[in-house]
This record gives sequence, structure tokens and C-alpha cells, in this order.
Amino acid sequence: MKGVVAFLERAFHSDSQADRVVPPSGFTAQLTLFAAGAMAFLAVFALALSLAAGRLADQWGEELARSATIRIAAPADQQQAQTNAALRILETTRGVAQARALTDEEQAALLAPWFGATLELDTLPVPRLIEVIETAEGMDAAGLRLRLAAEVPGAVLDDHSRWRAPLVKAASRLKTLGWLAIILIASVTAAMVTLAANAALAANAQVIAVLRLVGAIDDYIAHAFIRRFTLRALIGAAVGMVLGMIAVLLLPSGGDETASFLTGLGFQGIHWLYPLLIPPLAAGVAFLATRLAARRTLEGLT
Amino acid sequence: MIDLENVAYSYGGGELLSDISLKLAPGSFHFLTGPSGSGKTTLMKLCYGALLPTAGQVKLFDADVRGLTRDDVALLRRRVGVVHQDCQFLDHLPVSENIALPLHVSGRSAEAGGEDLDDLMHWVGLTERANALPPELSGGERQRAALARAVIMSPDVILADEPTGNVDWDMSQRLLRLLIELNRMGKTVLVATHDLSLIRATKAHVQARVLRIANRRIQLAGADL
Repeated sequence: MKGVVAFLERAFHSDSQADRVVPPSGFTAQLTLFAAGAMAFLAVFALALSLAAGRLADQWGEELARSATIRIAAPADQQQAQTNAALRILETTRGVAQARALTDEEQAALLAPWFGATLELDTLPVPRLIEVIETAEGMDAAGLRLRLAAEVPGAVLDDHSRWRAPLVKAASRLKTLGWLAIILIASVTAAMVTLAANAALAANAQVIAVLRLVGAIDDYIAHAFIRRFTLRALIGAAVGMVLGMIAVLLLPSGGDETASFLTGLGFQGIHWLYPLLIPPLAAGVAFLATRLAARRTLEGLT
Repeated sequence: MIDLENVAYSYGGGELLSDISLKLAPGSFHFLTGPSGSGKTTLMKLCYGALLPTAGQVKLFDADVRGLTRDDVALLRRRVGVVHQDCQFLDHLPVSENIALPLHVSGRSAEAGGEDLDDLMHWVGLTERANALPPELSGGERQRAALARAVIMSPDVILADEPTGNVDWDMSQRLLRLLIELNRMGKTVLVATHDLSLIRATKAHVQARVLRIANRRIQLAGADL
């Protein structure tokens, strides 16, 4: 651990003279800054996509997996009796945490979008809905269906699983793709910095030869390049990250909870801190890439 | 200080140097001469660890060069000042910073601004050119700057490879006088040159031995000079 700290100190300790031994390079420096910025910008979006998809997958998976609905469609005089019978069955069913029949008011609210708020439910043969909340282990839907069929002929169990599964699957696949995009972005950053560092090392062959002749050890020479590229990646990525976060912030949001994936794209709560990791990570990637490139070049010299 | 024992070196084809044995004692002054292409520069490079011998043993400060890591070689070069015929500098830094470069790379930057640097600049006659960039210097100025850079760490050994190759007679005399002064201060000096008149002119001032490379071997040239 001590060694690592000493190493990092040496790597980032600002030695203005050591930085000056490598001549300034205007254009390639700006290219590195730009590329790091662009990559960080993209990384912010990949992160937002990944987190939003993960959130949806969790939400849908959790809410839908734990809840089911039983619909009691029976002649008006039997409805209350069948509802009670269904509730009794549910009480003795393993895996059911809670079951309750919706009240008339709740059912009216559900139907309001279709029939308007003024509807008198009594005048229509509306089936009664029972909301079932499952425990973490879940219930045996097939078994419950058999019992209901035997004792409550008007009951239909809908455990949502038919349409739930592909959605959750798609959302988690999207989340994986988002992370894959982040890994690709990091790899491209590493490749880009390696190319830029190799170009800089080749362009400065004379500088390296002079330093070696006057007794500079490899670390000294390497760090003159490493510091430069690490700093560029850090600054570029920081600018790209800020712009990316502003862009995410400006995305329209809202809509109701079933709302679409698109308006839910963004960060929530503590997730806003995640993008802050992008610049240090970019700097780390640049550090390693430059270090490898410098080592390779230096070991080829006498 | 520098000890070569039955050293041979080949660049792939035949051997360029064979069976070279050489001992540079502390405080000695040696000339190394021989026709172009005879291997003077190669022998110099063997003496500061830039090349490894293909046969035999090279000992620098009692350490076998084959056992040295890259960083060991770097540290060793702080004790050996090297001047090349075509000396290279960091072209974007002024002369004074180039001369102080060995101090910076060895972590002694604090001494770089001191009086020693001014004295050294004065000694090689470059005080007025301190802020010039290396490409703006004349051939003689470059050689003197390279010599100043080679001695700023107060090395034990100074290796100069054709230091007078690009300069006129007066300037080469001046450079040799600087090397003689260093030798009087106790430094070991090895100068490679093909210029025999320079050797003759110098021998009047210092007790110098002349080594000649001929037929891939080294021999002590004495009275004939």
C-alpha cells in the first residue's frame, strides 16, 4: 500500500522542470482533450441509459412479480359471497402476503378514464377485483387457479407474468448493453491515448536520447509523458462529463409512472454522483495506457 | 574506474573490435585514435554502458555492465560525463537549462540556479549565450555547452568523442585546455580523436597516453608521436 501511495505521489507530483523537458505540442494536445471530452460525454449517456434501464427492470420486476389480480365475475347476488370465498382461499395460500378486495371507490377510479367520473357503478355488472401481494418466495399460481376453479367458479387469476417477463428481460438486456458501451468507451479511450502517446514518444526521440545520456532514469522520462496525457484526459473528460450531465438534465422528464422509458432516461438521487467517476477513470485509463506505451518505447533504447 | 578485459564487439557481421583490454585509472588522461570506422565511437559506447560487449567483460566502477539494470546504467551516467561529436540538446530549452539538465533529472534542481552554474557558464565562455536556444549556437558553442553539461555533475570520468570534430583549430585548442584543466582537478579523461596534431599539441601540457585502434585491436602508441 505504501508503495502505491509513493508511486501515485511521484506520478502526480508537479515537477515543472520535468514537465518542460518534453516540448509542448499544441495540436495533438487539443485532439487528446477533445477525444477524452467526447468519450466522457458519451459515457454519461451510456451510464444514464444503463441506470434507467436497470431501474425499470427492477421496478417492473419487483412490482409485477409480487402482485397479481383476481377478477370475480359473478351474478350480482353471488358476487360478495364469491369474493369472500376467494379471500378465504387466499388467506390459506402459501406465498400470499396480503390480499384485499378493491373498494367501489377504487374501482370507480380505475374505470374513470373510460366512463367518466360520474359513473354509478351500481348500475353496471362490474366484476370485483382482488389485489394479491405475494411474499418474496412467490406463490404457486397454478395451484391457486385449481383451488379457485373448484370453489369460486367466477374467479380468474391474472398473475401478470405473461406480459411481464419479456419487458423485464428487455430492460435488463438494455442495462447490460449500456455497461458494455461504457467498457467500449473506456477501451477506445485507452486506444486513443496509446496512439497519441506513441506519436509523442516517436516525435520526441531526441529528447528521450538526451535525457538518457545525462542520466535520467526511465521513471523520470516516462512520467514526463504520463503526467501530460493523464492531465489532458482528466481535463477533457471533466469538460465532457459536465456537458453530458447538462444535456441529461435538459432532457424532458415527467409523464406518469407507467411512463415511457424515454422520459425516465436520466439520473435519480445518488446516481447523479456516478458520472463524477468518469474523469478520474478516464485519467486512470490514460495513465495506464501512456505508462505501457512509454515502457515499451524506453525498453527498446540503450 | 573503467576496466575492459578481452572485450570484443560485433555489429552482426565480423568483429569490429577484438580482444581489447584497457584500464582507465583515476586521474589519467588518454587519447584514443585510429582511422574513421576503426571503432573509436563503439569503444566509447562500451565505456558508458550504451553497448554491451559481445565477448569479454566490461567493468564500470567495479560493476559488471551485464549485471546492470537500465536504471543502474542511468545512475552510472551521472558519474560519467559524455560529449559527442554531434551533441544533442533539448532544442526548446535555453542553453543554461540544457547545461543544468543533469541536475534536474537527478533531483538536484535546487542547485541549478546557483553560482556553480554561473561559474561553469563563465568557464566555457557561454555566459552571454545563456538564454539562446541550442539551434542558435555555433559548432564551437555547442561543443562547449555539451562539455559544460557533461561536467556539471562533477563526474569522475569524462568521455569525449571527437569533441573537436566540428570546430576550427583555435576552438579545438580551447576545448582541449578545458579538458586538461578538468584532468588537473583529478578527473579521468578519455578523448577520441583522429587529429594527431591536436594530440601533439596537448602532450606538451599534460601527461597523456595515446591508445591506437588498428586491426580491431588496441595498442599503446608511444614515442612515434
